[in-house]
Amino acid sequence: MSGIQESVIIRTVVRIMVPFIQLFALYVIMHGASGPGGGFQGGVIFGAAIILYAMIFGISEGKKKMSDALDKILASTGLAIYAATGLACIVCGGMFLQYNAVPLLPDPAIVSKYLIDLVEIGIGITVLAVMISLFFDVSPPEPEPKEAEE
Amino acid sequence: MKTLALFVVVITGAMLIYAGQGLPAFGDIDSPAYQAPMTQYFIENSLSESGVTNIVTALLASYRGYDTLGETAVIFTAGMAVMLLLRRRET
Repeated sequence: MSGIQESVIIRTVVRIMVPFIQLFALYVIMHGASGPGGGFQGGVIFGAAIILYAMIFGISEGKKKMSDALDKILASTGLAIYAATGLACIVCGGMFLQYNAVPLLPDPAIVSKYLIDLVEIGIGITVLAVMISLFFDVSPPEPEPKEAEE
Repeated sequence: MKTLALFVVVITGAMLIYAGQGLPAFGDIDSPAYQAPMTQYFIENSLSESGVTNIVTALLASYRGYDTLGETAVIFTAGMAVMLLLRRRET
């Protein structure tokens, strides 16, 4: 364990900051329809929050929050949400990803807005899972904890 | 080797700065992007057709939704490739 990980200040600040970074990431994803933002950016911010946590508390602690199995499931779920949205448009009689063909609400433009939000969420889930799994995969293996520390 | 790397970085940076002088000014009405025929269409119709106030998002997720699906698939594929090649298995 290096010096930076033992600092009480850094550990406390990270513990406080991580939920707010995640909240900001959700804001960026959901704000994509009405301002700067979107799935790619929000997903990266959310991934960065988990990566920050794993950097300070250790890879094994980070993997308790985001296990390898969950990574795989989330990465494919996000892409599946996107593709399923497109296929739902075909089922409802439109073309692939023609959002306003889905007859959920009377106003096609509003349906389109919500489906775009859904697509952004799908992008965000894929991007955050891939970001985190990349970090875990390229991180050096942790040294075995010494007996004295136990 | 470091001198060569510094040389390459400085030359590339100088070229980028020089090329940056040729970009149209921010909000320039004569810029090629604004003069393109589709621009006017997107400005007028993207809100009523896609329902989102952000034209960039309307283009990204609605008009070019298929392209963005491909981008997401690229990221997913890259992540899966790294998982396959670099993930250490529990032994």
